[in-house]
Amino acid sequence: MGFLLDNLDVIVEGFAVTLQLLATAGIIAAVAGTLLACVRVSPVPPLRGVGTAYVNVFRNTPLLLVLLIMAFGLPEVGVSLQIDVGPLQYSNFETYASLGLGLYTAAFVCEALRSGINSVSSGQAEAARAVGMSFGQTLRLVVLPQAARSVVAPMASIYIALAKNTSVALGAGVAEATYEMRKLLNDNATERLVIFIGFALGYIAIVAVISLVANVLERRLVVLR
Amino acid sequence: MTDVAAPDTAQGPVVEMQHVDKYFGDLHVLCDIDLTIKRGEVVVVIGPSGSGKSTLCRTINRLEPIDSGEIRLQGTPLAAEGRDLARLRADVGMVFQAFNLFAHKTVLENVTLGPVKVRGTKAVDADAQARRLLTRVGVADQADKYPAQLSGGQQQRVAIARALAMEPTVMLFDEPTSALDPEMIKEVLDVMVDLAKQGMTMVVVTHEMGFARTAAHRVVFMADGRIVEENTPHEFFSNPRSGRAKDFLAKILSH
Repeated sequence: MGFLLDNLDVIVEGFAVTLQLLATAGIIAAVAGTLLACVRVSPVPPLRGVGTAYVNVFRNTPLLLVLLIMAFGLPEVGVSLQIDVGPLQYSNFETYASLGLGLYTAAFVCEALRSGINSVSSGQAEAARAVGMSFGQTLRLVVLPQAARSVVAPMASIYIALAKNTSVALGAGVAEATYEMRKLLNDNATERLVIFIGFALGYIAIVAVISLVANVLERRLVVLR
Repeated sequence: MTDVAAPDTAQGPVVEMQHVDKYFGDLHVLCDIDLTIKRGEVVVVIGPSGSGKSTLCRTINRLEPIDSGEIRLQGTPLAAEGRDLARLRADVGMVFQAFNLFAHKTVLENVTLGPVKVRGTKAVDADAQARRLLTRVGVADQADKYPAQLSGGQQQRVAIARALAMEPTVMLFDEPTSALDPEMIKEVLDVMVDLAKQGMTMVVVTHEMGFARTAAHRVVFMADGRIVEENTPHEFFSNPRSGRAKDFLAKILSH
């Protein structure tokens, strides 16, 4: 315990980067995933095809490979994504990792949303169209709000997976929690168990927060049928 | 018949269907349908189940696309899915067998959603109009409840109010009382008879022969995807010409 407290600054620094990856990738995944879901249920076949292809490519590629392509493949073709705007400080690797994690997770968000959309009875969308709503209005005003409830549980699983998947970013050279853990392990071979348990507790705390938010949402989004 | 005013023939027809064909796979659900509905006319579509009457009703606002032929609403051909079609649909009220009220919205919001989001009506005006309509269909005191808290008959009357809020030129009723308990059928039919009396153009797919007798100008009898017979309710019920219609009426009127 004393050992962990002595190295608290390093641990906190690592988890700060973890949270930053989680937040950035989480937002990218939510936005891209929602767009993808809309595309996948759209009445335009070529759009649906693009959505399906995206999901297949990103869901079928191992996350580590996605991140490696982002971090070491893109720079090779001259893509640089360093961000330095006020409080938003992202090294090249952090941007690549956030983007990779976000785009990868978007495929899963899309599929969870799509199953939620399919769980809303088709009569709801028909009624909306019959009133004269456009495809976008039908989704936004009628279908997605009702899909939200049944999507909370799978979405929580996806975001929990994302929280833990941020550790894969160490492969792309990002100094997040697991990266810091590995450094500590290398320097302090005798304290292994303590270090492992300490970092595990850190991840458990993050995941507990996500679960809590999911529980609150699930209770607030009840729709009587 | 009837205390329902005669249809207005001075203006053009509201709905025109010409040579409409539709298939579900190999099944020819609509065969060469020709049907014209005048302004203010109440047309009741009856027929055995599977005869295509619901499908016919749903093609009028293109919830079911057709394979060939043409459908015009007030002279404008139905567009493909998109903004133009949405605009046309806004002028066509639809009432479903399963009510299909928006489950996550209150009764009042169900009625105001269309006018506010589609027509751009101001919220206060839409609110006032919705309360008037809910009073008219007799569910004003349920305005703040959710659909699932209402009886079937109340839900269907809210659905009628929701359709009326768009000030439609024609109302489509797709078996509006088929999912209701017998004691609730009357409260919905009463609202529909009222509408007919006020001159609303209506296409009603139903098994309620009483409604056809009192409120319809014309009965359209369908079987196997075809319009087999059309006549005034009085003529149709007392002197059906086709064998299919005689057979059908014998079955439903024998109890």
